[in-house]
Amino acid sequence: MFKTPQGKEVFVLDGHTHFWDGSPENQANVHGKQFIDCFYAYHTNLSPPEELWEKAKFDKQSEDDIYRDLFVDGPNDMAIIQTTVLKDFYKNGFGCLERSNEMAKRHPERFIVNGSFDPRDGEQALEYIHYMKETYDISGVKMYTAEWNGDSKGWALNDPAAYKCFELCDKLGIKNIHVHKGPTIIPLSKDAFSVDDVDYAATDFQNLNWIVEHCGLPRLDDFCWIATQETNVYAGLAVAMPFIHSRPRYFGEVMAELLWWIGEDKILFGSDYAIWTPKWLVEKFWDYQIPEDISAERGGVQLTDEIKEKILGLNAAKLYNIDVEAKKSQLAGSPVQIAAE
Amino acid sequence: MLVANLQAELEIEVWECLDAVTDPELDEPITDMGFVERIEVTDARKVRVDFRLPTYWCSPNFAFLMAFGIRQEVMALPWVVEANVHLNDHCFGDKVNEGVNSGREYHDVFAEYCDGARLDEVVQTFLAKAFDRRQETVVLGLQALGLCPAEIVSMTLGQLRMVRFDGEEELRQTPRYIELLLDQGLAKDSADLAFPTWDGQPIQAMALSEHLARLRSTRINMEFNGALCRGLAKTRYKEVEIGPDGPTLVDFIAGRVPPREDVGARG
Repeated sequence: MFKTPQGKEVFVLDGHTHFWDGSPENQANVHGKQFIDCFYAYHTNLSPPEELWEKAKFDKQSEDDIYRDLFVDGPNDMAIIQTTVLKDFYKNGFGCLERSNEMAKRHPERFIVNGSFDPRDGEQALEYIHYMKETYDISGVKMYTAEWNGDSKGWALNDPAAYKCFELCDKLGIKNIHVHKGPTIIPLSKDAFSVDDVDYAATDFQNLNWIVEHCGLPRLDDFCWIATQETNVYAGLAVAMPFIHSRPRYFGEVMAELLWWIGEDKILFGSDYAIWTPKWLVEKFWDYQIPEDISAERGGVQLTDEIKEKILGLNAAKLYNIDVEAKKSQLAGSPVQIAAE
Repeated sequence: MLVANLQAELEIEVWECLDAVTDPELDEPITDMGFVERIEVTDARKVRVDFRLPTYWCSPNFAFLMAFGIRQEVMALPWVVEANVHLNDHCFGDKVNEGVNSGREYHDVFAEYCDGARLDEVVQTFLAKAFDRRQETVVLGLQALGLCPAEIVSMTLGQLRMVRFDGEEELRQTPRYIELLLDQGLAKDSADLAFPTWDGQPIQAMALSEHLARLRSTRINMEFNGALCRGLAKTRYKEVEIGPDGPTLVDFIAGRVPPREDVGARG
């Protein structure tokens, strides 16, 4: 729960978090090392100095760490854990469904653990989707189109194999498809960060919600265009959020574009924990106003308290069928506890 | 072994020629972005350039373009007979290096990795974005000088060349804008319109503000990426390696030495 300086209680559902193991012991090769190093560069580059972590702390978090950072020190009421397996880079996977579920057991009322699959696995991917639904009753998945798989160095959401998987998701009621556009390496003749495939998939699967993380960055302009056309495309703010500190005017320009193009009901807060922690992001966000001149260029859009509440939790709660009032009373009765140190 | 002075002069010449190589996605010179790590003139005619990108995962196709761009600019210097280009710490680095130093044509090397396809369409897309961004800066500069929409949309290339800007960004971007305008054949002589669209159409005075709104979204995207890339490049390679005799001119050009005022400000 985030308490505003005026004492108002704001429900926070963090739409994009991880419970990862990027430690050297788990790295399978140089790519695994480079992957966590790249995340750490994001962390050191965009965090305020007082929020910087040492590399060892960043590499892997304990169960106590994540509870403290999100719910005790942090303002989150709930968090969505995204699965990112990266099995070609990490011996036991980077952010695994099993490990996350094991962790979430202590406070299941606070976590939504999303699954993940790789359409290039063919029949096995379909079986795995069934397994995730039956075993963990997942309601969403995280798709990472830049993931390597043997010779393949990336895939697209509108590949025929991917469509088979989405048909099954639709059938099983796995409604929320979080999409992370990373650099798709092959084919080299395409723009590696293109978001065009979101357009196709969202048109062809109207029942599914497509939440594009990083609001399509680094293709924000193309993304806004697509998200305006498609009613079931949403913008996740992970990675855009920390710019609120390092480049507040740019953050304002991005928010103005998103509010203007896709509107206040389709933007979702995400801290991208453990790259950043939600505490400082939510505090700064609540204090933030889009600079006048930027707002004026986009029809006077502004981040009002009401819109901030939607972005911080209410929008995501709708997508995940969470009754916010009921959830608030449930959580009031079960405060988060972590072991004494 | 070259005489030290001559060697330093030649290295500076190479640094300067690399200003012409841009990151296609950001439309910024790779030298400004701090991507060029090291330049070595091994004897009077051989050059080795080491570069690196902000992350291990930066787009490999753009890495190819930059590597070939570096090679082309260095080889264009009259005294150079051999250029070696090395992309370091990149997921596709070995293949880029093998390709760029093989002496083969860019399209041949590149086609190997995508079933014969070419990158032209992507290159054109990003050139269009670069054009929009440069145009926005120049048009906003003219607005700031008090010109009305009708004056801006009817301005000729010749008239634009006569404008005296004050702002640093307009001064930097105007020649780059004109260069791209001419390269693309969007204007040929000084009587042609200075501000056509990328499709070569004139802009109506009434439609200028709508046109600018579109240019703005392109620019926001590119600046966001630029900010991210600059930051990541800086964080990824924090080390400052200065020789025992202190920094040389090359260290200053490469951005390895912070300007004096920055040092003071950091306290």
